[in-house]
Amino acid sequence: MRGVSVIGTGLTKFGEHWSVGFRELITEAAVKSIEDANIEGKEIQAIFGGTMASGSFIGQEHIGALIADQLGMNPIPSIRMEAACASGSVALRSAYFAVASGMYDVVAVGGVEKMTDISTEEAATALGGAGDQEWELFLGATFPALYALLARRHMLEYGTTEEQMASVSVKNHANGVLNPYAQFQKEITIDEVMNSGYIASPLKLLDCSPITDGAASLILCASEKARKYTDLPIEIVGTGQASDTLALSNRANMTELNATKEAAKQAYSQAKVDSSKISLAEVHDCFSIAEILAIEDLGFFSKGQGGKASMDGRTALNSDISINTSGGLKACGHPVGATGIKQVCEVVWQLRNEAGKRQVEGAEYGLTHNVGGSGATAVVNILKRAD
Amino acid sequence: MKRSLPLLWRRINERYNLVGSICQTCNTPYFPSRKICPKCRRKGKLISQKMPNEGKIFTFTQVHAAPAGFEHETPYFMAIIQLKNDVKVLAQLVDSPVEKVKIGANAKMVFRKIYEDNHEGAIAYGYKFKIV
Repeated sequence: MRGVSVIGTGLTKFGEHWSVGFRELITEAAVKSIEDANIEGKEIQAIFGGTMASGSFIGQEHIGALIADQLGMNPIPSIRMEAACASGSVALRSAYFAVASGMYDVVAVGGVEKMTDISTEEAATALGGAGDQEWELFLGATFPALYALLARRHMLEYGTTEEQMASVSVKNHANGVLNPYAQFQKEITIDEVMNSGYIASPLKLLDCSPITDGAASLILCASEKARKYTDLPIEIVGTGQASDTLALSNRANMTELNATKEAAKQAYSQAKVDSSKISLAEVHDCFSIAEILAIEDLGFFSKGQGGKASMDGRTALNSDISINTSGGLKACGHPVGATGIKQVCEVVWQLRNEAGKRQVEGAEYGLTHNVGGSGATAVVNILKRAD
Repeated sequence: MKRSLPLLWRRINERYNLVGSICQTCNTPYFPSRKICPKCRRKGKLISQKMPNEGKIFTFTQVHAAPAGFEHETPYFMAIIQLKNDVKVLAQLVDSPVEKVKIGANAKMVFRKIYEDNHEGAIAYGYKFKIV
């Protein structure tokens, strides 16, 4: 196995893109990443795309072929990977393996979701497919409901409060204001979250990430060849992925996501670092409680302390650890298949010192954490400045 | 989502009667039923087993924004019930006064309509729970 580095990043603005479709979004992100990497398109040997539910959202499958076609890159191999909201990250891991193995030197990785072409109810049903169709959705469960069940348990066992959860959204919106790609660039207050109306109690509208259109793309290169293209490659020094039961009710512990802990263990071990070395992390805050679970399960705070740490400002920009400098899923938006790739774009920009007003000072290591469903898949990646 | 008749029909025993499985090797009960015991894998032997129809609320939520097919029922409670054999089951809570919906409250299975907008005209039935 050889080292793999990110040499190019591309991101569309996240939001409601009424005038452009799936193919325009992924094409824009891919072209930006190719330009950022300063390579010729013909140097790309394979494409790995992540999208969760294009069949439900736009009636289109066979996304691998679509991307290669739209980019004018036929006949190189191009495949689509799916792991619900972690689809982008599993595409990235497949691309990583392909380069690490020596099979390819340069590959493109994309993540995309076009979610606003159907109604909110239809989108909720499509997203519900990330859970257990026969034993959760059939009975009337929604995604917010599943995370609400986790939240209630965390509140009971650790005294986590609704205000502490609200503080996660407040912090992520504050970061979103500094990110020109973010869907929401507007500050919110704890009171606004608390008064935003229940979606699935105790989670309220402003505890929940939105429905978003967007795409993200990366160019990966064998580290030994990366300097041909850039003076500052960002190396993927650790990657981990784990699984858990599809249905939440089948898990023994409902105050953690075990898949996150297992994926983190693999990534930290490969990178030969522990959580104290990480300066910033993009974590999967599909709901505010999910960020609290993540910062505990990734080892940044001890179990049960995530809510208090958030309320105390210890996860804000340039505090103990900068969590979700992009604004996270909450404020930057959550085009599900694109999210895992967007997280890597943000960490790469931070490590290259290109994050503008939201720059974390002196960052050497950054981490991404992407969850599928209610935790049936989790991916953790660790990136490092290779200088 | 549209669910075909066979898709509903093949789950009748589980959804009407809370029938899951138990592994005869390690004695672990499961709901819904499984073909392989995750603990014993190929050394396990799973047979049908009816779950106890009573338990306690392990965690709950009140759903205000419903998926397609459940819009007219909002707000409704969903809970994970820890049954008397420790198996956990997700279900709607019905016929229960709001002030009694708490973690630890005793709940019992009831048989109810789940929804009826099936495109083939079939009404889906199954388990829900109520506070006792």
